[in-house]
Amino acid sequence: MSYTPEMRESIKKVEATRPTRLHETFPMMSPQEKQAILEKFHPDYKAESMREIRVGVSKGHRMPLELADVMEGASHLTSDLLDLERIDYDTDVLIIGGGGAGSSAALLARENGAKVIIANKLRHGDANTMMAQGGIQAADKPNDSPAIHYLDVMGGGHFANYPELVEVLVKDAPLVIKWLEDLGCMFDKEPDGTMRTIHGGGTSRKRMHSARDYSGAEIMRTLRDEVRSYPEDITVLEFAPAIELIMDDKGQVAGAVLLNMETGEHLVVRAKCTILATGGSGRLHYQGFATTNHYGATGDGLVLAYRVGAKLAFLDTMQYHPTGAAYPEQIVGLLVTEKVRGLGAQVCNIDGEQFVYPRETRDVEASAIIRECTERGKGVTTPSGMVGVWLDSPMIDLLHGPGTIERALPAMVRQFDRFDIDITKEPILVYPTLHYQNGGISLKPDGSTGVPNLFAAGEISGGVHGRNRLMGNSLLEVTVFGRRAGKAAALRAKEVKLGKLTLSHVDKWQRELEEAGIENPIKSPILLPDYRRKLR
Amino acid sequence: MAEELIPIFIMGKKYMVPSSLTIMKAMEYAGYQLIRGVGCRGGFCGACATVYRLPGDYRLQIGLACQTVVKPGMYLAQIPFYPARRADYCLAELEPTFQTVVKTYPELLRCLSCGTCTKVCPQGIDVKQYMADAMRGDIAAVADRSFDCIMCGLCVSRCPAEEVQPNIAILCRRLYGKYLSPRAEHLAERVAEIEAGKFDDDLAKMKSLSEEELRKMYNERDIEPE
Repeated sequence: MSYTPEMRESIKKVEATRPTRLHETFPMMSPQEKQAILEKFHPDYKAESMREIRVGVSKGHRMPLELADVMEGASHLTSDLLDLERIDYDTDVLIIGGGGAGSSAALLARENGAKVIIANKLRHGDANTMMAQGGIQAADKPNDSPAIHYLDVMGGGHFANYPELVEVLVKDAPLVIKWLEDLGCMFDKEPDGTMRTIHGGGTSRKRMHSARDYSGAEIMRTLRDEVRSYPEDITVLEFAPAIELIMDDKGQVAGAVLLNMETGEHLVVRAKCTILATGGSGRLHYQGFATTNHYGATGDGLVLAYRVGAKLAFLDTMQYHPTGAAYPEQIVGLLVTEKVRGLGAQVCNIDGEQFVYPRETRDVEASAIIRECTERGKGVTTPSGMVGVWLDSPMIDLLHGPGTIERALPAMVRQFDRFDIDITKEPILVYPTLHYQNGGISLKPDGSTGVPNLFAAGEISGGVHGRNRLMGNSLLEVTVFGRRAGKAAALRAKEVKLGKLTLSHVDKWQRELEEAGIENPIKSPILLPDYRRKLR
Repeated sequence: MAEELIPIFIMGKKYMVPSSLTIMKAMEYAGYQLIRGVGCRGGFCGACATVYRLPGDYRLQIGLACQTVVKPGMYLAQIPFYPARRADYCLAELEPTFQTVVKTYPELLRCLSCGTCTKVCPQGIDVKQYMADAMRGDIAAVADRSFDCIMCGLCVSRCPAEEVQPNIAILCRRLYGKYLSPRAEHLAERVAEIEAGKFDDDLAKMKSLSEEELRKMYNERDIEPE
């Protein structure tokens, strides 16, 4: 499966320019150049790929066609289908989704006195958090500060971010790293304990903390193990996704209906507070893009939240990670961590020439790669017809010493070695891949959504990243806002008095769809992508 | 692109699938809507442990379904779940010692050092060696050597001594991370500064700036050199 002779010809050119490139980095774009390249090449700017949603509180909000279809979907339930008096689980806080945000929320909700249920669609920890490789940002070095981090986040998000969310993100960041260190997370450190930190795209200080290139996996498995320490207080349900939120007759969210995916049985969970932490939606494959996302990333929580009146923000912006694998065919679209560029690898075209600064923000970097492969025709074509550019990974060992790649990027080395490609010696062919949902449910800094007793945290939310997220701010977001939502929900739960449970909002939603003339809506949330009989 | 179809046997049942697919995609091509045995699809989550044999070969082989390409005649089954005991413990109440590890998982000392675990690890981790490290009480070595573990459970499924190696490993990693690795002093200092409100004024000022002012500041900000 190693590179074809044609690709090797191009690799020779990359090798030929390498000695010079080690000392010369392509300059950063000016603000004007950035705007121009985004408008011409970024997938978000393709007008025909988006439409306005025709129903609900954020009617008129633009989003990708695939997402709009799911958001305008019909419920799996009707109010007469279930007896809500038959309660299977009664709890203080129900958390839907057990990734990084949900697990953080569970721990803080428990700490604040709540009994908790985490409902997972797949296994506990099957989440994008598990797959995050590069790292987590926090301004904890003497030359850095939360204010400098704030500026980077706002600039990266094109100044559209909600300032009050960014403020808590950057201010809680060191607190969260300390919390994780105390939970036993093995961050990369110098022998004296100093955190080993590097740059990411769009950072002005080296504040990317990592755990080799298993950063997210290390955080996720640590949080999961900690959750498992409290079986008396935290009940973990697996293969039991929520298919609808339950409300009460006072207009408060009051739990959810879960589906046991293996038996088909419905479960009624009554909860004083509910936290949505279902993550993103990469498995909707916007514009036909391959994705880095885990199997369950189908936007379920957005659908549920919207039906009970949660407002949306920035769903017209998705993140395309600049460096998805473009070869070999078996792993097309999987993530090649930004840490590779953080460690100094440059991006080159078929002739071995640099054409972009390696650490532009993700939206700009991705646009430049798309331009190189389309308008300029300087991409490398694979046997299956993919086009990509080179990410010159061997530079890393030349810059930082032999063995750096194996030590800092073991997951990447292993990933490609399985297909007989040695990234310590040969570059990696990459092309942008669908990575992250920048927008989502509009939030307050405590994770509240504006809908009574409904909270949210993590990728499902919108506002903190504005129109583009920086590397290392999603692991940060899930832990910061997971903790905040968990605490706020637990405190709120102490005051909540629930009324009679109802699904009348589902009937109302159905009428709204009919009034808007939406015919044959699909049933949503869709829960799983359907790849049967497909070659994707 | 017309592609060669090859036979594979999913739990004994024959399907013809394109030869370039991974086991996971081949199962979907064959018509399976996977619920178990699938997770991240990128080699990080350990959901899709698979065992198989090839024609004419007695050996049992292993792989992650999302990372392994099908081969003609592959005779396979997934092991999406394997019973494993997580001991009751709370990290904050433990001491980072050999006694803790043995008390938490007494079966550790049943290890035969047969090496079957190492042989079946899809991550190429020397599991036998980290079990030996654990039996010597070298928690730091277990933490380092087991770090790339994705907890797929293949070692557990094959262990004649009925060990749950990944659980022993994560206990050691957490003990190491919390108690044995050097503390980040600069982090603790920064946390104290934040809690004392040192940056509140700076942040309030940043929040009060107009977009124009912020934009100017951003475009002119100095970037820490490599």
